[in-house]
Amino acid sequence: MRHIISVLVNDQPRVLARVANLLGRRNFNIESISVGESEEPGLSRMVIVTNGDERMMEQVSKQLHKLVDVIKVQDLSEHPSVARELLLVKVEAGPSVRHEISGIVEPFRASVVDVGPHSMMVQATGERSKLDALLELLRPYGIKEMARTGVTALSRSVARAGV
Amino acid sequence: MPDTATMEKMAERLAEAKGEKKEFSGSEILLLSLLKEGVECVFGYPGGAVLPIYDSLYSGSLRHVLARHEQGAIHAADGYARATGRAGVVIATSGPGATNLVTGIANAQMDSIPLVCITGNVAQSLIGTDAFQEADIMGITMPITKHSYFVSDVNDIPRVVKEAFHIATTGRPGPVLIDIPKDVSNAKAPFHYPETVSIRGYQPHCDPHPIQVQRLHQAVREAKKPVILAGGGVVTAGAEEELIAFAEQARIPVTTTLMGLGGFSGEHPLWLGMPGMHGTYAANHALLECDLLIGIGARFDDRVTMGRLDKFATGAKIVHIDIDPAEIGKNVDTFIPIVGDVRKVLQAANRGVPCSQSEEWLQQTAEWKKRYPLKFQDSEESVKPQWVIRHLYETTHGKAIVTTDVGQHQMWVAQYFQFAKPRSFISSGGLGAMGFGFPSALGAQLARPDETVICVTGDGGFQMTNQELAVAALMNIPVKTVIINNRCLGMVRQWQEVFYQERYSEVDLTASPDYVKLAEAYGVKGFRAKTKEEVVQVWKEAMSHPGPVVLDIWVTPEENVYPMVAPGSGLDEMIMGDEKQ
Ligand SMILES: Cc1ncc(C[n+]2csc(CCOP(=O)(O)OP(=O)(O)O)c2C)c(N)n1
Repeated sequence: MRHIISVLVNDQPRVLARVANLLGRRNFNIESISVGESEEPGLSRMVIVTNGDERMMEQVSKQLHKLVDVIKVQDLSEHPSVARELLLVKVEAGPSVRHEISGIVEPFRASVVDVGPHSMMVQATGERSKLDALLELLRPYGIKEMARTGVTALSRSVARAGV
Repeated sequence: MPDTATMEKMAERLAEAKGEKKEFSGSEILLLSLLKEGVECVFGYPGGAVLPIYDSLYSGSLRHVLARHEQGAIHAADGYARATGRAGVVIATSGPGATNLVTGIANAQMDSIPLVCITGNVAQSLIGTDAFQEADIMGITMPITKHSYFVSDVNDIPRVVKEAFHIATTGRPGPVLIDIPKDVSNAKAPFHYPETVSIRGYQPHCDPHPIQVQRLHQAVREAKKPVILAGGGVVTAGAEEELIAFAEQARIPVTTTLMGLGGFSGEHPLWLGMPGMHGTYAANHALLECDLLIGIGARFDDRVTMGRLDKFATGAKIVHIDIDPAEIGKNVDTFIPIVGDVRKVLQAANRGVPCSQSEEWLQQTAEWKKRYPLKFQDSEESVKPQWVIRHLYETTHGKAIVTTDVGQHQMWVAQYFQFAKPRSFISSGGLGAMGFGFPSALGAQLARPDETVICVTGDGGFQMTNQELAVAALMNIPVKTVIINNRCLGMVRQWQEVFYQERYSEVDLTASPDYVKLAEAYGVKGFRAKTKEEVVQVWKEAMSHPGPVVLDIWVTPEENVYPMVAPGSGLDEMIMGDEKQ
């Protein structure tokens, strides 16, 4: 099963290396890792997407906890949470198809952020499946380059109206 | 213990440092911090990047043991730590000095031994440039340290040292690396040593959950065929008395893993011996047939379970007591997990522990012990290695610290020397690192000068670190080294005999030095024995000699370690060694 793990870590040099090293060494697979600031100065939040059964996930979380620079580990798959990813994709697009591509992009609430003589760059955010769907539609035009940030996520508030 | 003159210098040094405004170099601050931690002895080897540190050591306020190889230094520090439970300290220079520590660090990590490893590094202006003798030792050792520090500011040294000792020695102990670039050990700052330590991401569990202890009581009450599997955690926690009380009150037999030897007396009637690959019939069959298995500070590794979890304690409820939550559920499914310091858990468990219903079971395990004891074919013409170990045991009455190297002799020591006290068996368990035995004996002897320290080693392993004879001679460290000389890499030879149709590939050590002359070249007394009478004689002489001794004992080379469970087999498929007859 796919799990999204949120890890609060000290914002220290090498902390990403420590986490990645641990996951690699213990043979846990990583789909993506994203790191950035957290709400607390001095701490970063890492969001790790991984796959495994219950036993493996328990090990992942326990082994992460053993790292001195790890403050908190939370499996977001166990709670309602919001998970998003940012996609940038450069599509082959001569003047004749630009309009068409804009039409595809729009329902995804994505936007065109750069236009060149033979290509345009699309930016989209959302759940992984939505970005995958958009990519499928863009693929026939020719994808020149793309970059995805990997998933970042937060747990939802307990009493909330889902958006 | 350091001598009085050194103690006075240490005290002077610390008093000086009280002058608030005074500034010290980073290396002085490091030294003062080590003194604050109560360090009495460090092991190490100098070089360019630690010149400032060695200059500070020149004052003589901290005892330094100059090994002849950094691997020797770190294994000695490790032996010191295993013999005392306190952190061992080692210092090495950048680059090659640091990389020479790697085996020792991995060894300490695998066996959960507290070490503080201090390495110099090139100046920060050169870091990352492939400068002369630069190595990313922090990166290299990341998977084999409990934690590591790169000190970029001289003002951080006291806090880092304080934290390093705290992390190395508490919770599940392990090695901590402190990498100090040369500009930081040269930089100046005042010395303030923190009184307390608080690390947000590091809060080891200590006290057990009362509900789990109640569940343990319930399980013990119901058990008809209980067994305790005690590991190194019992020794680390100093829980030997609590374990005896628990086993006796609950009437449960005990098997101790290699790392657990001495954690439960080998002379106790409830002891079943060591389990696993070279374990006793009684221990292995108790694990196979039990209905309650209580793992205490043991990690169910593949040398015990043989990796055949489908065959391991299949009818048992498993209770797992360990200070490291990650060990619980890692290898075996646990019915009752108890996270906590083993000693505290057992103290809690001993309050009101019921008696199990083990009467018949105890008869059964006693019967196994009687029917299938460890045995070997003794001989009058030649010297059997097992006989040598038994002789050492009998003549010392078991009152000795024994370190081993890795291989057949290690298993024979584990089998035939019945360790009665914790911290009396010192061996590279998890990593199985040849070369560990001799330097670790030096460290153990320095830590416990009044004990008899015996190093039982192989002719292969001894040659990996025998350069430390120089240290033994120079410091007159009276370790009795017993080389079980079978003129081959015995354990590998055994596997080639049993699993590779006697195709003996690269295990012949007949072209080895004359160990008596080798010892003498270093100024150490050497003896050779090729018959039982000679063994008795030279061992007597060795024991009465006040200094270090090397005994070269020629044993029969074709002896194998039995019982044996082949890799891939379950514990029920023991090869007892007498099948041929
Ligand atoms: C550093 C290292 N290299 C290789 C091995 C593999 N190994 C395990 S036991 C053994 C043979 C040891 O021979 P010896 O020291 O003579 O001891 P014996 O088995 O004969 O008692 C070897 C090579 C090891 N454990 N450690």
